[in-house]
Amino acid sequence: MGASSQAVQRYGLAVLSHLALVLAWYLFVKLGDVPKFVMPSPYETIQALLVPNYRWLENIAVTSTEIFAGYIVAVAFGIGVALLFSWFRPLEMVVMPLLVSLNMIPKVALGPLIIVWFKYGVGPNALMAFAICFFPIVLTTARGLREVEPDLLDLVRTLKGSRWQLFTKIQLPGALPYIFSGMKVAAILAVAGAIVGEFLGSDRGLGYLMLQVQVTLDTAAMFMAVILITLIGMVLYGLVLGLERMLVVRDARLQ
Amino acid sequence: MPEPFIHLAGVQKVYRTRGADFLAVSEATFDIEAGELAALVGPSGCGKTTLLKILAGLHRWDRGEVTIGSRTQLFDPARDIGMVFQQPLLLKWRRIIDNVLLPTEILGLPMTQSRARARELLALVGLRGSEEKFPYELSGGMQQRAAIARALIHDPKLILMDEPFGALDALTREKMNLELLRIWQEARKTIVFVTHGITEAVFLGTRVIVLTAGPARMADNFAVELPHPRTLDMKTGEKFGAYTRRIYRLLGME
Repeated sequence: MGASSQAVQRYGLAVLSHLALVLAWYLFVKLGDVPKFVMPSPYETIQALLVPNYRWLENIAVTSTEIFAGYIVAVAFGIGVALLFSWFRPLEMVVMPLLVSLNMIPKVALGPLIIVWFKYGVGPNALMAFAICFFPIVLTTARGLREVEPDLLDLVRTLKGSRWQLFTKIQLPGALPYIFSGMKVAAILAVAGAIVGEFLGSDRGLGYLMLQVQVTLDTAAMFMAVILITLIGMVLYGLVLGLERMLVVRDARLQ
Repeated sequence: MPEPFIHLAGVQKVYRTRGADFLAVSEATFDIEAGELAALVGPSGCGKTTLLKILAGLHRWDRGEVTIGSRTQLFDPARDIGMVFQQPLLLKWRRIIDNVLLPTEILGLPMTQSRARARELLALVGLRGSEEKFPYELSGGMQQRAAIARALIHDPKLILMDEPFGALDALTREKMNLELLRIWQEARKTIVFVTHGITEAVFLGTRVIVLTAGPARMADNFAVELPHPRTLDMKTGEKFGAYTRRIYRLLGME
């Protein structure tokens, strides 16, 4: 069997398992005669999209903005801090233990504080997403930059290579797999961060919508919101995965 | 008597650790002529890797004299050292040819010529056709061949090898020994080769320098008078046996 037909088979199986889940959901609701407010059928869930009051597009845009903004800033800032650590080791020795301690704070617990300091809205929710995905990126990037084979270092030294050459030719490309493994973890966390932010205080977004329809027991809309949030997360994750495929050779990727 | 390419006299190196000093190298005195393949052999802790690193300019030494180069063979420490380690240490994200080119990039040598030279060297080490492959597509022995090509790319006068075949299986190792002899004769380089394999040292070396451990010191230094090109038959010959026995005796194994 060729590599491509193997891939077709793998994707085919993945699609099948997803369809099977939807089918099981449908059968469960129909055969079990489950009331709509407990669990809507797949069809009723899709129908929730037709309610204009729910402003799906606007809410999707708001939540996506929070997730992507928080995530992108966390990636840029996280990689930047890790680079500073690698260039100024004393800084790393002072700040890294502090970061490890701060990382232990359940970021969700900061939500009420963020509202006190920054009110509520897109910005504070993006900040929540940022806070929750910043640490894994710093920690994995710093680790990746530290992992240079000592012998490779010797090789560069015998050639009287500069710090900068070592960094651009060996250290940074060598750290890329680590950076991406941090970015993948962070992508999932960013979604959770933004939604928690919306739960705690907001007037727009899919998380906000969920709280609104909870009052009217429109479970179908809640289901739809969860599905859309998941899809946003999958898009973000897929983009990161695609970027990794472009930049990191297969063998070097961390699983 | 021509001037030697490498000259060491009474070299000593002590590692200072907390509490105790550790003698890593002592009484290292030997000359290596240009074009020789000198094998440094001994057990772990005998200081052979430390000596290699002193030659590479990576370590300082505490006492004695180290000179590399002569009036006829000028030596530029930034340009004239090629290194091969126990692990190939190829960069996973670079194709083989770009791995070979790493030293020329660091030295800022002209790329077009270097590229052509990299292709020639890959052919020399038996990797024609693998230029565009990634390291993971090559076996351990082939990766080590690429590492040898990388050590030769900037045309250094001295190649330093630290147990380059130590991580390979026994058969591949035998094969790489023959390959190294062929490459050495074609490339006409001075090679200093660290190993703990006694037969490997005698088979490869024009000169064998024996180091012993506990305390580290140089125990012997002799020229191996076996003709070139060397063949595997020589390993069963009487002369070869005499050389290996001489080393075994020094290492206290007889």
